[in-house]
Amino acid sequence: MSKVRVLVGTRKGAFILNADGKRDKWEVSGPHFAGWEIYHLKGSPVDPNRIYASQTSGWFGQLIQVSNDGGKSWGIPGGSITPVPGAMPKVESNKFVYDTTSPNGKPLTTHQWYDGTQHPWEFKRVWHLEPSYTEADTVYAGVEDAALFRSTDGSKSWQELPGLRGHGTGPKWQPGAGGMCLHTVILDKKDPKRIYIAISAAGAFRTDDGGKTWKPINQGLRSQYIPDPKAEVGHCVHHVAMHPSRPNTLFMQKHWDVMRSDDAGDNWKEVSGNLPTDFGFVIDVHAHEPETIYVVPIKSDSEHYPPEGKLRVYRSRSGGNEWEALTKGLPQSNCFVNVLRDAMAVDSLDKCGVYFGTTGGQVYASTDAGDSWSAIVRDLPAVYSVEVQTLP
Amino acid sequence: MIRVVLPQHLRTIAQVGYEVELEVAVPVTQRSILDALEARYPMLAGTIRDHVTQQRRPFLRFFACEEDWSLEAPDAPLPEAVASGKEPFYVIGAIAGG
Repeated sequence: MSKVRVLVGTRKGAFILNADGKRDKWEVSGPHFAGWEIYHLKGSPVDPNRIYASQTSGWFGQLIQVSNDGGKSWGIPGGSITPVPGAMPKVESNKFVYDTTSPNGKPLTTHQWYDGTQHPWEFKRVWHLEPSYTEADTVYAGVEDAALFRSTDGSKSWQELPGLRGHGTGPKWQPGAGGMCLHTVILDKKDPKRIYIAISAAGAFRTDDGGKTWKPINQGLRSQYIPDPKAEVGHCVHHVAMHPSRPNTLFMQKHWDVMRSDDAGDNWKEVSGNLPTDFGFVIDVHAHEPETIYVVPIKSDSEHYPPEGKLRVYRSRSGGNEWEALTKGLPQSNCFVNVLRDAMAVDSLDKCGVYFGTTGGQVYASTDAGDSWSAIVRDLPAVYSVEVQTLP
Repeated sequence: MIRVVLPQHLRTIAQVGYEVELEVAVPVTQRSILDALEARYPMLAGTIRDHVTQQRRPFLRFFACEEDWSLEAPDAPLPEAVASGKEPFYVIGAIAGG
């Protein structure tokens, strides 16, 4: 029988939730890295027991932990220790340094600060880890301040893909409320050279040459909170989702507005339809139905909780515009939690399992594609991210 | 041997106890201690001082012989009691954040 492993990143550690294919009895392990902020964990599609975790702290900075046994044990890859004549060895572990080297790096330029002035790039943390479809040792990291890094040695060392930060629009990027973070990395299983990323608040970008060159893909987005609502960049994209079988179709939860593109992001149209509010953070796609998508509407940009205190997942079976509220098993009164951008995921069982975590510490699961929900756990620290592995 | 006391979170990361002992060439300074610490425990690189600037992280302090050395120059010699191993060099996490 298949198994399901849910990887949960929280404000005070990581938790791993395991169940068999029935998904009715769960074993909870954790906290791993107790006391640290765990922004994201994700397993390798090549080797599901290889899990990467972003561990961060305002005191001690950024670490990347790696497990090779499905999360039972963890370690920080030792990194290369480079001998330096006459000095102590130079250590590479956990080193995220913007590439300003010649000839391929880019000057450390500036981006727009909250007050409109220019501000230099400063590395703060890793928001998202995206392991490769083909190499277990290759993993991408989306970081704050926004840039994309890649490791090809299992996280021993990291190199920036500087073409993104330096392609030209950087001075117009600005931090959202959570910082200027690159929070979404989507790899195209059919085309290894194509990568989508999204940044708050800059927008979505695409490379078709493995990360050397990038283009903004924000045509059709409209954001009233920037001087030119239809600008090429500056949009606060909260999350983007794609079904692996349809790599040209993207779904986006923007600050406000749920959007859809059918041409790899070149053009977007709004599909918010009958949602009670089109503000929100998460968006995801059913594992087997590429036109079935899920969002969790949040009241507004200043009130980050569900409208009317009712926690509702909304599902569209038509790729947007027509939405139904899914409420069975979810609190329908006095609920004022948020669901953050990386905190929803699906398994690939039949029926499709859908999972999401809240800032109140609950992780909800549906084993019937959203028709009904139950809490796997209720009292974790605030949930930052949820990923799911479907295991043989 | 130089003795170094790390905050709890870094002990967990490095998988060490309350105190570690290091061989450090003289003169014993903040920089030479941290260089030796990172060389022996590479996973601590970047956790106490920035990878690039080598600046102390803002929420960490360095104490020795009941004095705060945080704002002293990284290459200033530390007290003889630290250099001889009689007293440890403390890396302390700031009390902040509740």
